Amino acid sequence: MQSQNNPRRFSVARKSFSLALVVAAFAVGGAAQAKTLVYCSEGSPEGFNPALYTAGTTFDASSNNIYNRLVEFERGSTRITPALARSWTVSDDGLEYTFKLRRGVKFHTTKNFTPGRSFNADDVIYSFNRQLNKNHPYHNVSGGSYEYFNGMGMPDLISRIVRVDSYTVRFVLSKPEAPFIANLGMDFASILSAEYAAAMLKAGTPERVDLDPVGTGPFQLVAYQKDAVIRYKAHPGYWAGRAPIDNLVFAITPDSSVRYQKLKAGECHVMPYPNPADLQAMDSDSEINLLRQEGLNVGYLAFNTMKKPFDDKRVRQALNMAVNKGAIIDVVFQGAGKPAKNPIPPTIWSYNEAIQDYPYDPQRARQLLREAGAANLKTNIWAMPVQRPYNPNARRMAELIQADWAKVGVEAEIVSFEWGEYLKRSKEGEHQTVLLGWTGDNGDPDNFLYVLLGCDAATGANRARWCYKPFDDLLREAKQTSDIAVRTRLYEQAQVIFKEQAPWVTIAHSVWFQPVRREVVDFRIDPFGGHLFYGVDLR
Amino acid sequence: MLRFFLTRVGLLAPTFLGVTVVAFIFVRLIPGDPVEVMVGEMGISPERHAELLARLGLDLPLWEQYLRYLGGLFQGDLGVSIVTKQPVLHEFFTLLPATLELSFCAITAAILLGLPLGILAATRQGSAFDHTVMASSLAGYSMPIFWWGPLLIILFSGVLGWTPVSGRISLLYFFEPVTGFMLIDSLLSGEPGAFTSALGHLILPTIVLGTIPMAVIARQTRSAMLEVLGEDYVRTARAKGLPASRVIGLHALRNALIPVVTVIGLQVGVLMAGAVLTETIFSWPGIGKWMVDSIFRRDYPSVQGGLLLIAAIVMLVNLIVDLLYGLINPRIRHRN
Repeated sequence: MQSQNNPRRFSVARKSFSLALVVAAFAVGGAAQAKTLVYCSEGSPEGFNPALYTAGTTFDASSNNIYNRLVEFERGSTRITPALARSWTVSDDGLEYTFKLRRGVKFHTTKNFTPGRSFNADDVIYSFNRQLNKNHPYHNVSGGSYEYFNGMGMPDLISRIVRVDSYTVRFVLSKPEAPFIANLGMDFASILSAEYAAAMLKAGTPERVDLDPVGTGPFQLVAYQKDAVIRYKAHPGYWAGRAPIDNLVFAITPDSSVRYQKLKAGECHVMPYPNPADLQAMDSDSEINLLRQEGLNVGYLAFNTMKKPFDDKRVRQALNMAVNKGAIIDVVFQGAGKPAKNPIPPTIWSYNEAIQDYPYDPQRARQLLREAGAANLKTNIWAMPVQRPYNPNARRMAELIQADWAKVGVEAEIVSFEWGEYLKRSKEGEHQTVLLGWTGDNGDPDNFLYVLLGCDAATGANRARWCYKPFDDLLREAKQTSDIAVRTRLYEQAQVIFKEQAPWVTIAHSVWFQPVRREVVDFRIDPFGGHLFYGVDLR
Repeated sequence: MLRFFLTRVGLLAPTFLGVTVVAFIFVRLIPGDPVEVMVGEMGISPERHAELLARLGLDLPLWEQYLRYLGGLFQGDLGVSIVTKQPVLHEFFTLLPATLELSFCAITAAILLGLPLGILAATRQGSAFDHTVMASSLAGYSMPIFWWGPLLIILFSGVLGWTPVSGRISLLYFFEPVTGFMLIDSLLSGEPGAFTSALGHLILPTIVLGTIPMAVIARQTRSAMLEVLGEDYVRTARAKGLPASRVIGLHALRNALIPVVTVIGLQVGVLMAGAVLTETIFSWPGIGKWMVDSIFRRDYPSVQGGLLLIAAIVMLVNLIVDLLYGLINPRIRHRN
């Protein structure tokens, strides 16, 4: 239920918030008492329970600001840090993760709910069991589709969750899975209040838990008007200390050029997803700080290795050498990208710097194709119909690759489908070569290498349908140990094999741009693409 | 007149049923399904995919899905959004006032400007004024909203700073929506400056959405007026020595209005189509933007419900226009 239709919440919020906003609005102009930060978000959230959704817009409005997780990623990095769990231990066999929980963590007090206790193990168990256990009373509430939880393989991975005591909880796994800790930092692992859930269930309105959120995070929801505005206020009892700003407002502004105008006019402080064409003007605007950071993503072209002649690595290597990545970076990314040589971005640990990318060498490519008997190859290039951070213009990219390949005698036809159809057909392996990409979920190399190139994914997210045992064995071994040094070594070796086998043309890692007004202090770009406002201040 | 009214109303039922079929089929013709779109690059196993489709009732044969949909419709249930899990009817009527408010302002502005411009252009046929009006209306008619909107924002909000960039009211104001119509709610709130702010936020979207209807109305009025002004009875009225204002205002305009009213009625459909882009550009929380989002997300219940309700509104407005047409032109109602 949108809060627009919840008069009780509005009337209360009105008294406490309206005045604050009137005063705070001057913050944009300079003189301020209460500090209100306005974020021109790109769309409406689907709801306020991040476990139910997969969109970044929803995570910004919920998990990134309203909730906490047992572990979190340090602001602006992919490093795991304790959050609602103050420490954890892993059993020697890698099957048991025991978390010591933080004490005295307060949930938000809202119009619908006043917490009677602080956060404890029951909240952890409720938040996970709701997703895990099909017989849980909340499992089917609000549609009950937990696609991130399922997509990360959690139902098969978690055997059970044990409440050791009020402040200790143990996850028992069915197999060792080193990236498990990183998974717990993801949005779907946000901790909701079990007490609130029980109260709403008793009241016969369990769906309110997902619409009127109660979390432990730095901001609490005050009001939401669909497609217009989301209002938050700082959680006064936040366990890590109250946020420097008093109020946070999401002014929903779908058009990126309008967001830019609003930023220029001082109607918002932070905007996401600028138009590449506006970047130069933003950079030269003294009122705007254009922050930038390499994104946690990779854009690639995958060869369907189940189809001839792409089952021959010489063909794949040749077509790698035939692509002029520099031109793609200039034309498609307009400079806002970096050529990729590995399947993981350089911001992730275990990135193998020593690897040499295939040089742009049409002559050698032609020779290799001749050797492989594919001199007059006819193929296709699937181009995504949508814009993504890892590929801002797939059609243009496909045209450039088509022209490059034509120079080595390869005739490629560009094919495109509607997005859902594109994903479905490419998953089913209808393509010969396909443009796609990936943005990391949890900063773990496994989230790229195993998800996109592992044998288990060869009929799914692994669009190259490439299953190469020496490579897969390394990834499986890396899952068995929590020792980062050992895992790093294994992943580095895996990248060497990947490069030699060339199931993809690794094209680019895009650069994230984040325009903020100059009065915004300490906003950090989230490598996962989220927008987090805890710790951000206004001058 | 009653028979005329009943005939028109009677035609609505089969049209409405036709719309339910079109809406139902149209949304399913779009490639991809809601589950594929929801999981994106992450992918989903075929078993889980089938499970989710079954949960949404999308595994049933099409005819059975349609009959269920129709059954719900007769009970006033348009289903629940696949994405937000909210009743479609509730979402639609939450957002509808914003679209109605904007459309009403746009069509009012279009009529208030388009009619007099058309009349004046007709009475000054061949003059510089006539040429200016015709050239401007042609330009207005040809102006794509996705270009016209940002252009006005850059000029009036960015360069001149006269109008707010987007939204329905300044973020300073925060009050309980009573009617959903911001102009009314801002007055009811009693907060000083709220009404002015709401009015200010309406200016640019009204201009953008009203430009095409205004151009159409001006051109239609001019051509209808020119036709009527050449009629014998107008010449007779002039020969009788009636003042020009009476000849134009009473004798000519009343007859010229018949096609103009029809065109105004048809503009409601144009407004609904234009609202999609205008609402996106101006961050206007209405049903146009909601429909676009629903289509992109393959939110079948929202798309088919939204299409149906929009079609119902357009049909209703055209019914009113038909009735007005009958009132203006007695020959129409007598013929029926």
